[in-house]
Amino acid sequence: MTSTHGSAIPMGATMSPHNAVQRFTPTQRWVHRAVALLMGVCLLTAAMLYFGPLAVAVGRRHLIATIHLYAGLALPVPVIAGLLSGAFRSDLRLLNRFDAADWEWLRRKDRRQGRIPIGKFNPGQKANAAFVAGAILVMVGTGLVLGWPNPWPLRYRQGATFVHDWLAAAIVVMTVGHIVFALRDPEARLGLRTGFVSPDWARREHPSWAAGQRSDARPAGSQAAAGLDPAGDGTQETPGNRRERAQPRSAE
Amino acid sequence: MIRTVSDSLPTDDEQPDQVRLVGVGVLIGAVDGEGAPVGRRVILGMIVAGAAGVVFGGRIQSAINSALAPLTENDPTGLTGLLPTGGQFRYYSITGDQPHRSEDAYRLAVRGLVERPATYTLTALRGLPQTQLTKDFQCVTGWRVEDVPWSGVQLSVLLDEAKVRPTAHALVLRSFDGTYTESLTLDQARRSDVLVALQMYGKPVTRAHGGPVRLYVAPMYGYKSLKWLDSIEVVPAVVPGYWEHLGYDIDAWIGHSNGRDDEPA
Repeated sequence: MTSTHGSAIPMGATMSPHNAVQRFTPTQRWVHRAVALLMGVCLLTAAMLYFGPLAVAVGRRHLIATIHLYAGLALPVPVIAGLLSGAFRSDLRLLNRFDAADWEWLRRKDRRQGRIPIGKFNPGQKANAAFVAGAILVMVGTGLVLGWPNPWPLRYRQGATFVHDWLAAAIVVMTVGHIVFALRDPEARLGLRTGFVSPDWARREHPSWAAGQRSDARPAGSQAAAGLDPAGDGTQETPGNRRERAQPRSAE
Repeated sequence: MIRTVSDSLPTDDEQPDQVRLVGVGVLIGAVDGEGAPVGRRVILGMIVAGAAGVVFGGRIQSAINSALAPLTENDPTGLTGLLPTGGQFRYYSITGDQPHRSEDAYRLAVRGLVERPATYTLTALRGLPQTQLTKDFQCVTGWRVEDVPWSGVQLSVLLDEAKVRPTAHALVLRSFDGTYTESLTLDQARRSDVLVALQMYGKPVTRAHGGPVRLYVAPMYGYKSLKWLDSIEVVPAVVPGYWEHLGYDIDAWIGHSNGRDDEPA
């Protein structure tokens, strides 16, 4: 094992952009960003409509409700646009299926130590993706009833309010959990920010996927094309220079 | 299961962990992208549950509201107010700043088609005969606060004092937030359960609830009970108010308008 016990990123690894593994293409990252932004707008405006003190401070109820409605209706758009990308469709296929390793991962306490042949996504990520997709569809459906209530009998409007309110509470819980997990794993965030992760992280978190990646096969010249380090001087944050920035060594 | 298989594999220090792991993965059928379509099932399950919730949710929510009512009514922390239950006021304002007018600076103007236009201070309003009502507040979006004690001057008292001219038919009510307006016909305005409210729950109406003076139109949905009341203008015909321009009914009788069938307040 190259990993030093207790360190998030292996101390011994002198990872350069050369051996970084590509995890996401720009399409996947932009779908994630767009969904995150729209979800953030929905949650913020929902809070302004829902929590008394915030509603008092912000006011402008009609405007806030209109922003909330259209941000919510736009939520499926980035995902649908992402379907044009083969890489994104491939990720959806991987997220959909739970293989034997996934069930094992859910059972075991040592799931984070790279001993279970987890693929590109672990079952927690798969479950979250499925929840988010289902939640967006249900929230858009009930949101349409609430936004244009006239054609609907009162009973369905009340039912739509019930579903929209309680699913919103579940979404808050899941979103907080999602962010907490992301905060715990800087390199997972780096993967979504730059598209690249270190081979060590890949082997530890997604061993089966890492084994299928040939990070050293990528020609050195492709980094600039991938937007990793356009200046070529290491000024941009990459998996390679990240550690050095975080822990400057005076001996150098 | 993995552990058993993995332990039985020949140990080979030359063989990288990865290769061995993937070998194990193939042995137990762990191939990325294969296996049960759990994601699809979760999504379909959520859609089915959501549809069932739309059909039966109204009744479930009523049950939850009555079950939680003892809790929410006696909760000093207010934390239960964060739960999606229907039995509490939700703050609505249509402008950015919360409208504010101090008790001393407050004036209510009555004008238009009247013989005796008047401007009332808060003290003057308090000097008029006060009417108490304990009635529900029903919002057109569904929430309802039961048994709210209101107190104030019947709108008909102010209209009688002003001596409405015979050509008049309706009122335009304006808020000092500068945007919110409402309408009532004179017949509606003269009902005994329509108040210029000075008190709620035995205390002066708070700023958030539309104080120092707001309207309380008991038989109609909440948007007719204009907050931060600034002026009452007597006019020849109904002029639709703010929410009525946004598609809500002008005659907003609870249970007989806006496609709703709530119990009257």
